[in-house]
Amino acid sequence: MSDKKRLDLEYSTHDSDKMRINVGPQHPSTHGVLRLEVEVDGEIVSEVIPHMGYLHRSFEKVCESMTYPQIIPYIDRIDYISAMNNEWPYVMALEKMMDIKVPEKVEYIRVIAAELNRIANHQIAVATFGMDAGAFTPFLYFFRDREYILWIFEKLSGARLLYNYFRVGGVSGDIYPTFKDECLDVIKKVRKTNAEVMDLLIYNRIFIQRTAKIGILPADVALSYACSGPVFRGSGVKYDLRKDETYSIYDRFDFDIPVGKGEVGVKGDCWDRNIVRMHEMEQSCKIIEQALAQMPMEGDVTAAFPKKIRPPKGEIYMRAEGPKGDLGFYIVSNGSDKPERVKARGTSFVNLSVIPEISKGYMFADLILILGSIDIVLGEVDR
Amino acid sequence: MENANFLYDLFGKNIITIIIVICLPLVFVLVYALIAILAELKISAWIQERLGPMRTGPWGILQPIAEVVKLLQKEDITPTNASKLLYNLAPFIIFTGAYAAFAVIPFSQYFVPSGINLGLFYVFAIGSISAIGLVMGGWASNNKYSLMGAMRSVGQLISYEIPAAMAILSIVVLSSSMNMQVINQAQTGWFWNWYLFGGPGTIAKIWVIPFTMVLCLIYFISSLAETNRVPFDIPEGESELVAGFHTEYSGMKWAMFFFAEYANMFVVAAILTTIFLGGWNSPFNTFMQGPIWGSFWFVAKACSIVIVQIWIRWTLPRFRVDQLMYVGWKVLLPISFICFMAISLFVMLK
Amino acid sequence: MIQYIKNIWAGISSSLIGMKITFMHLFVKKVTIQYPDKRFPVPLNARNRLFVEMNRCTGCTSCARACPVKCIDIETVKVVADDPQQEMLQSGLKRKLWLARFDIDFAKCCFCGLCTDACPTDAIKHSTEYEYSVYNVKDLLYKFQTLTPVQVKEKELMLAEFQAKEKANKASAGTKATDNKDTDEKTEKE
Repeated sequence: MSDKKRLDLEYSTHDSDKMRINVGPQHPSTHGVLRLEVEVDGEIVSEVIPHMGYLHRSFEKVCESMTYPQIIPYIDRIDYISAMNNEWPYVMALEKMMDIKVPEKVEYIRVIAAELNRIANHQIAVATFGMDAGAFTPFLYFFRDREYILWIFEKLSGARLLYNYFRVGGVSGDIYPTFKDECLDVIKKVRKTNAEVMDLLIYNRIFIQRTAKIGILPADVALSYACSGPVFRGSGVKYDLRKDETYSIYDRFDFDIPVGKGEVGVKGDCWDRNIVRMHEMEQSCKIIEQALAQMPMEGDVTAAFPKKIRPPKGEIYMRAEGPKGDLGFYIVSNGSDKPERVKARGTSFVNLSVIPEISKGYMFADLILILGSIDIVLGEVDR
Repeated sequence: MENANFLYDLFGKNIITIIIVICLPLVFVLVYALIAILAELKISAWIQERLGPMRTGPWGILQPIAEVVKLLQKEDITPTNASKLLYNLAPFIIFTGAYAAFAVIPFSQYFVPSGINLGLFYVFAIGSISAIGLVMGGWASNNKYSLMGAMRSVGQLISYEIPAAMAILSIVVLSSSMNMQVINQAQTGWFWNWYLFGGPGTIAKIWVIPFTMVLCLIYFISSLAETNRVPFDIPEGESELVAGFHTEYSGMKWAMFFFAEYANMFVVAAILTTIFLGGWNSPFNTFMQGPIWGSFWFVAKACSIVIVQIWIRWTLPRFRVDQLMYVGWKVLLPISFICFMAISLFVMLK
Repeated sequence: MIQYIKNIWAGISSSLIGMKITFMHLFVKKVTIQYPDKRFPVPLNARNRLFVEMNRCTGCTSCARACPVKCIDIETVKVVADDPQQEMLQSGLKRKLWLARFDIDFAKCCFCGLCTDACPTDAIKHSTEYEYSVYNVKDLLYKFQTLTPVQVKEKELMLAEFQAKEKANKASAGTKATDNKDTDEKTEKE
């Protein structure tokens, strides 16, 4: 009811000079089904109202009638591009509730899988961002590289995109014999393509002119909107859950947290968020190399599987650093084998809320780029 | 009906010859457009490490025919509230603007459909008709997005005609003629006689070479803007406005827009070849020189310019509207004026 | 002024660098393969269409209970002791349950692999078959049972008869047992 009132108010202040454009649910650049109602004065945007819910699948309600292992395929489908990173906070939460310690090998495999998926996600993010700006070629280069990562995952878990790989107490299957060589091969290819795309797209003058000084997100605004991930780090704040609230074995690896410095343009603009993603891909490569070197080759990955997953009564909130930001799960257990409540904190949902704030005053073409730089996936926004 | 056209010598000056003369470039444009569609698909695919169309004919050679058949059998949808007359007329006006420029393009020593003395001036005047067609198409579609696309395209077209005109004027000053055949004939000999390298003349022309090279680059960039190619393809901005001014067109009418874009690409490539790259002259003095070799050289040079245009499309991102205007008015225009002054000074002092 | 010239130079040089990269890619080996003629190899542990080996399935319904989208439908009938058609499972044990119905609806299956993990006898497995598109979505309901509907009815009748006989036996055994108990107590007392 109050929602309708808010909209009515906005329509009553509607200036007849301005045009209301619907960047509709079906659009080549909205990265999914998102509706943006944009009020435009000539070319300058004065108001943006996002309407979501087109992909709502009532995941949280469905989880109340599923057992804990049955929920994991549903969790894959929240952020379908980086499913490994989705499953991790959930299984970590259950392991903490049930006091299970996973074997060393499992930790290393989890880190490698999560970092590979982080690379895959950033590849899509930068590729679609380039496509929004009009450069069609880097999209193809990144997707070709991503294909190699998906082949590794297919041999590891059995599926290309929705893995159901992490289980409570371990992972579902061990690594295959040529895993290490294939990972190192993929890292070489990723580094090569990244170097090419840096020259072809990122440092291209036209691209810089399109994306620098656009969609400037000051650090305090980002903090008050609870943004996380590259969106937050692009504004210059060095905050990453892998270093600040270390989980799993991230304290054994030596890696850097890239932040936006305003190298071309202003700190916190679209270009900064993009370069943070490119540098994060490099850092993920470093982590994977170190993990492959340190990983113990013996060990049973299914050794710590509990007989029955029946966590004691209680609640827990566990979060991890996904590629888009801080992804968390809040699980309330009532002692049975089905949860009382599972809530997913969707990163993109929170990041999307900052769009009306940072796109006022820019041109209409920039709005599409700003939306692309926030890197949302509608599965996380709507769940 | 000037001289320099062998068909008149062959058949005499009557109506049938005129019709043949009009239709020959049309046949050429049709064949060229089919090949250009295939070239675009294949070159873009190879740049992106894929293979492009492979199933229609061996190595996908028959793909353009498949595309033409597909477009012919599509339903012709007209929006209900569109102004019917303007909506239906727009594609044809654009194509007319593109094709009419073929009247003065010299394919070889003895073939130019109409060798008028104001060739370059005529090309410029006719090229502006396309702008009208664009606006008609965008406005008559009764669609906000098409309207925005049309508005942007008009500004773009008009702004970039001026640097292009300055480039052409400089060459006119150098060659003291607007007749395309005369300009071509002045560039006979080795390739350093081309206007890209200062034109025919003594070693003193070394002062002019940097200016003509810059002018060639300016003309090439303006031609990309004239034909709505990336990095200036805002009117068709695929990622932003769905398809810009031709969102509402389908079937054969859309094919006319598409066709006109490729014809335009060839026209600007042909003009660039004529005035900067020696037209139908062979680069090796008398080796492979002659009336029939002339058309081969001409088409080869123009097609390589088209290939460079395709290459750039798949490399660069696109400009925003105001940045496009900035480049046109504040970068290309002053530089082209400076080059024009320099060339005029040179010719005066010669 | 200097900035202006620098900008122009940066624009032209970065475009030329980009063009060189795309030009180099013209001569790289292409990654596409012509699909129906050639296919990329699928690893053996890929989770594609399921297959059930009926002579391993014991009818325990673990897979149906483990499935998150409830796409497996199982109905069983107990094997009667004096059924002339007895079967041996692949593990060597005698079959205890007839599978009257074993439907998997591949329109619903999410290929998560939870059923294959739950199966105790390795009966349900993933194959590597991914090219099974159909024109009618009802054709995606795969029936794995080997009994015909007539046979199923027979088995159910047999089971009903057997259960009725058992009940009658138990009733008469109950009276006999109380008689025996009385005599036992009498002998104990004595």
